[in-house]
Amino acid sequence: MTALGKIVRTTAFKLSAIYIAVFSIFSVFFVLYISYTANVVLNSQVRDTIRTELLGLADQYRAGGLVAVVEAIDQRAYQPGASLYLVTDVSGRIIAGNVSRVSVELLGQSGVDPVTIPYERFAGDRGDRTAMVQVVRLAGGYRILVGRDIGEREQFRTIIGSALAWALALMIGLALLSWFFVSRRVLKRIDSISATGRRIMTGDLSGRLEVTGTGDEFDRLAESLNAMLVRIEDLLNGLKDVSNNIAHDLKTPLTRLRNRVETALAGDGEPESYREALEATIEESDRLIRTFDALLMIARIEAGSPGGEDTEIDAAAIVRDVVELYEPVAEEAGMAIDLRAGEPVCIRAGRELISQAVANLIDNAIKHAGRTDRAEGGRLAISVAAEQDELVLTVADDGPGIPEADRTRVLQRFVRLEKSRSQPGSGLGLSLVAALVRLMQGSIVLGDGEPGLVVTVRLPMK
Amino acid sequence: MRILLIEDDGDAAAFLMKALREAGHVPDHAGDGESGAAMAANGGYDVLVVDRMLPKRDGLLIIDDLRKSGDQTPALILSALGQVDDRVAGLRAGGDDYLPKPYAFSELLARVEVLARRKIPQAAETSYRVGDLDLDRLGHTVQRAGQTITLQPREFRLLECLMQHAGQVVTRTMLLEKVWDYHFDPQTNVIDVHISRLRAKIDKGFEAPLLHTVRGAGYMIRDGTG
Repeated sequence: MTALGKIVRTTAFKLSAIYIAVFSIFSVFFVLYISYTANVVLNSQVRDTIRTELLGLADQYRAGGLVAVVEAIDQRAYQPGASLYLVTDVSGRIIAGNVSRVSVELLGQSGVDPVTIPYERFAGDRGDRTAMVQVVRLAGGYRILVGRDIGEREQFRTIIGSALAWALALMIGLALLSWFFVSRRVLKRIDSISATGRRIMTGDLSGRLEVTGTGDEFDRLAESLNAMLVRIEDLLNGLKDVSNNIAHDLKTPLTRLRNRVETALAGDGEPESYREALEATIEESDRLIRTFDALLMIARIEAGSPGGEDTEIDAAAIVRDVVELYEPVAEEAGMAIDLRAGEPVCIRAGRELISQAVANLIDNAIKHAGRTDRAEGGRLAISVAAEQDELVLTVADDGPGIPEADRTRVLQRFVRLEKSRSQPGSGLGLSLVAALVRLMQGSIVLGDGEPGLVVTVRLPMK
Repeated sequence: MRILLIEDDGDAAAFLMKALREAGHVPDHAGDGESGAAMAANGGYDVLVVDRMLPKRDGLLIIDDLRKSGDQTPALILSALGQVDDRVAGLRAGGDDYLPKPYAFSELLARVEVLARRKIPQAAETSYRVGDLDLDRLGHTVQRAGQTITLQPREFRLLECLMQHAGQVVTRTMLLEKVWDYHFDPQTNVIDVHISRLRAKIDKGFEAPLLHTVRGAGYMIRDGTG
């Protein structure tokens, strides 16, 4: 692409071209209109002047005869800017005046209206002069011609024409100049956006568009795009973490699976040990399937189509049901559940999804805070209530809690705080809750229960 | 019982056919939607096991056509899509149960047997009896050997569900679906704990246990002597 081609293709250039065309057409029309109107006005002025002078001369002829007329004409004819005067006798011989020659036919006719003719001011004049003249016949065969040179008007027309040309040239020049500066600025910013875009495409996801702070359209565009980039970066980082974690979390059980089968094959060949190995294999693959299911569920929630229909449901009743499901498990883990879910809290959501989120939170609390070997029992406090137009669900345990630095991290997929990963669970429970909360445009906060973990989920009730 | 398996995956079908035969059933196999629909229309099956995505004709369409022609043979839908939407669509098309892939064979077998039994209308049954255990559905009372047992409402429904399918394996997932109406994975052995509580109430102190754990499959309530 040539540099010129690039410029011609820009929006700024096209817009400028359209503006120039529109303004040019308008100004040409305007100037033509003015000159036409001026012409009409001047013509009628000239006619009036001629007529007045003719009447005056005719009066003088009647009063003082030819002598008076000739005197008057001689007087007027040589003043600067004088009209044209001519007095002839019957044969057409010039008696007085400041015109050296006009056509004979003209003198023959004495029209009511002035006509435009070429004439010679003095003998041998080649000035291509034109004038508007009128002839009057007097008694005695004399003729008087009065006229005005209209060459000045031609000059006037030329002046207007050149003024128009200048104006147009100036306008185009200014338009080009302003277009150059405006489009250069615009082009520069668009080019910088393109360049940043290309840089990001090549893998530098931390790149951001420049925001100049003027608050103009480009700033707003840059802000939107930057927000999009932040989200994309988050998603990609999440994906990267997830891939790493999938590699670890799925490879580990697969390796265990394979080792177990291998050991069984190389073993003593007793049916009983085969059986044990096979049962363990099924268990392990079931765990893998669960992990996959949870992953798919999170992916579906994040894609915004978790399935199921949203209905008007009472969140308090749902929490009660889930608590009832988990109560025996909590008891086995030495925990007493303290449930505060009295008032109905209506929310429009999928029953299954809310149930699963609550179940995951309770399950998480039991897994991390439940200990059968504790001297006194653990406590699991669950409450659900409406606060203004928000549903607030809290699940608080008195277990070890989560260090502040890790609280955001545990909401990500596969993040499990104990390094050994000896505890059961996929590390997906809280991330599923987080994904669900995001889908419902709510918030999830992990806090310190001193001791223990307090999870607070807020969902808009709409 | 006679089972029609409509499944296009050859390996999976061969495995299922063999396993169903070993479980004492008489399975037929159709490898695509068209032949499957023709075989199902001929009738004579106790249960249909239909893969959802089939060549030539969609599994849901087969079931829908059968239902429209008045055929109420229970159908279990198998699907690789485990979403709530798909389950709803499957049940709406006339399917009686829905099992997402991958599934455990024990789960499939348990569900097929429960479905086959359902063919006999039993909605009018107001009480169940297994051995010396009685459950009155209307009075919400449970007695064993004449001794009244007090159960929590959920324990009652758990026992009711097990007794409704007495002599059949009921899997943990089935219990979670039928008693709690949850279709998600609770991640923990919640059902086992509920069962052990129930067991403590109905079996403890009695000579013959009625509530049995079927290893790798689920639970079954049956008369110990039978």
